[in-house]
Amino acid sequence: MSTDTFVVDKIKKAFPDAIEEIIDFRGEQTVVINGKHLQKIVKLLRDDETLRFDFLTDICADDYLPETPRFAVNYHFYSTKTKAFVRLRVMVEDPDKGVDTLGELWRVATWLEMEVWDLMGINFKGNGALRRLFLPEDWQGHPLRKDYPLGYEEVQFSFNWREVGERKPHPQD
Amino acid sequence: MTVAAGSDTIQELTVEEMRAKVGTGMEIESEENMLLSMGPQHPSTHGVLRLLVELDGETVVNMAPDIGFLHTGVEKSMESKTYTKALVMTDRLDYLSPMGNNLAYVMAVEKLLGVECTPRGKVIRVILAELTRIQSHLVWLATHALDLAAMSVFLYCFREREYLLDVFEMVSGQRMMGSFFRPGGMWRDVPEEFVPAVEQFLDFFPSRIADYEALLKNNPIWLSRTKDIGYISGEDAVQWGLTGASLRGSGVDWDIRRAKPYLDYDKYDFEVPLSTDGDVYARYRCRMQEMHESMKIIRQALDRLPEGPVNIADRKIVPPPRSELGQSMEAVIHHFKLWTEGFKAPEGYVYHSIESPRGELGCYVRGDGGPKPARVHFRTPSYVNLASLPFLSKGTFIADVVAIIGSIDIVLGEIDR
Amino acid sequence: MGIEQKLGDMGVVTYRLEDLVNWGRTNAMWPMLFGLACCAIEMMATQAAHYDASRFGMELMRPSPRQSDLMIVAGRVSRKMAPVLRRLYDQMPDPKWVIAMGDCASCGGIFNNYAIVQGVDEIVPVDVYVAGCPPRPEALIDGIMTLHEKIRNEGLKDWA
Repeated sequence: MSTDTFVVDKIKKAFPDAIEEIIDFRGEQTVVINGKHLQKIVKLLRDDETLRFDFLTDICADDYLPETPRFAVNYHFYSTKTKAFVRLRVMVEDPDKGVDTLGELWRVATWLEMEVWDLMGINFKGNGALRRLFLPEDWQGHPLRKDYPLGYEEVQFSFNWREVGERKPHPQD
Repeated sequence: MTVAAGSDTIQELTVEEMRAKVGTGMEIESEENMLLSMGPQHPSTHGVLRLLVELDGETVVNMAPDIGFLHTGVEKSMESKTYTKALVMTDRLDYLSPMGNNLAYVMAVEKLLGVECTPRGKVIRVILAELTRIQSHLVWLATHALDLAAMSVFLYCFREREYLLDVFEMVSGQRMMGSFFRPGGMWRDVPEEFVPAVEQFLDFFPSRIADYEALLKNNPIWLSRTKDIGYISGEDAVQWGLTGASLRGSGVDWDIRRAKPYLDYDKYDFEVPLSTDGDVYARYRCRMQEMHESMKIIRQALDRLPEGPVNIADRKIVPPPRSELGQSMEAVIHHFKLWTEGFKAPEGYVYHSIESPRGELGCYVRGDGGPKPARVHFRTPSYVNLASLPFLSKGTFIADVVAIIGSIDIVLGEIDR
Repeated sequence: MGIEQKLGDMGVVTYRLEDLVNWGRTNAMWPMLFGLACCAIEMMATQAAHYDASRFGMELMRPSPRQSDLMIVAGRVSRKMAPVLRRLYDQMPDPKWVIAMGDCASCGGIFNNYAIVQGVDEIVPVDVYVAGCPPRPEALIDGIMTLHEKIRNEGLKDWA
């Protein structure tokens, strides 16, 4: 897609050492960048006259256990003017160090990053509002990681009715 | 000295104790204000949403949404099931447009596999997606009007909805959670009664919409409760990531069916309703007009419904029909592989989004060469639209918060996943 | 009844106390609004005009637990919602009944994972389970009528 190689060329000109990989799969362009330059590249994408990627749609995290780097954070951008789509990807080694926040550039980014922290455990530097959103406040662990168990409970069929029934909690009254 | 409402005894707490108790990181403006918990069980919050509202009298000073009361762990559960079995879970996310969720997931999986649906399948998908949009807007109107004390609209909308649910039951066997769309097509071809039933619906429905509009459009109570409430400008709407009618009510022309057409939507002639007012009334008008436009699309789709198969011919993805199982050994082998293991998807990740009744519903699927998805993520419109709720309701009365929640059209199943 | 024949046309009816109390309880049961997820939409459809629930006396769905006597748990109960559910159940005055509507409330449904309580009978005692995902309004009405049957067979010893 010509618009998207345009994107890649612009990033290459401004930050020559930031791009790690360019992937074109099923018609979608993904630019894997270095986490240090994230905020500057995103600012370029948003403010540049021809690119105008003004719509941050989604921040999505992925877990590649047992490969390293283990985590990947995807940023999906649309441009309401040119109708183009681009995905930026940052590979994260250490989730506690994480990536920079996009909260100053987009007000919705704080909210989207809260979900990623809650379920995947990737820290966003500069986002002061990271808290437990989906899970109760005292929950330990981050469920969407690959090493977190599903929490499967044994199903109570008729042949093991009594055994499972004894182990299940029952209310007092 | 702030009073914590909603507890069994009234406690006098300092601001630090309040912050520790609330734990949401919400900045409490002043010690004189009251902190109200519009709790998870509330008639007007459209599901189990908890809003922590800081009130100065009746004016909302600050607000923090507290979600997670319906967290189901769908994304994690889908990683332990095959692609077709995981489809069943997608219905239950946005339970007001179950076929829309199916569509987003199925199109993402088809994009990952690199296949495209047959022409007849595409047209049937369009018809059912638009019927789902009409059905979802009916429930939106019913609950929105019910919150603002117009109960007859609730009863009228549900009467219309019963007809649509009968159509869905005829097609998929289930009223709501059909799981009808499958990767490669759909479960089976639509029966013969489908087209006459849809045509009959298109005949009587415009007069019903006229009924609702007669009740609400120029109603002074409705106007005074929805005009100039919850205003958001176009640039702010884009900053807050709003999509759907909430964005188009503020004047930004962004509809995924136009911007990134899927299922040949660029070949249909329809308009995307826009409004520049940006308040609750503008979003109401946009959604009412969208129902008309959906009917237009369905009429065009019925006209161009081609003959042919609804499923693609690739037996590695779509199971063979049962009539073939008696004749062909390969059909039996394909059937066996699909039922025990499921089809395998290549390595890679894709993102596909559709225009659901609430906004942009996107699905990110990553495959790793096996029969189970490695990661599924849903970009749900209600979750992102909810982020702007504190911004929209600053400075309004608490009764207006109810109107604003109704106009953003959130569904908690989608937010909490 | 024997006494009425003797008294003639005095306008007196005799009835067993149990039957009278049970009749009063079944015919005007007020459900509490506890719709959580998809089953809530089918509960609303039961309340609407096509499958009318107000012919069973359930016209009013009370949001306040103190004014209701039936809790229809419609939808999946997550771990964060479980203490809220128990608290609302405790706030309901006696006599109270619970209908677990749908598969997720009965047994956890299709979600067998860390986030969903596997059956609401781990938290509150349930009287009637209605199966379905979501159950049709007719199935919910069948569940309500089963509950009515159960209450009609209750004796004086159960609630005195």
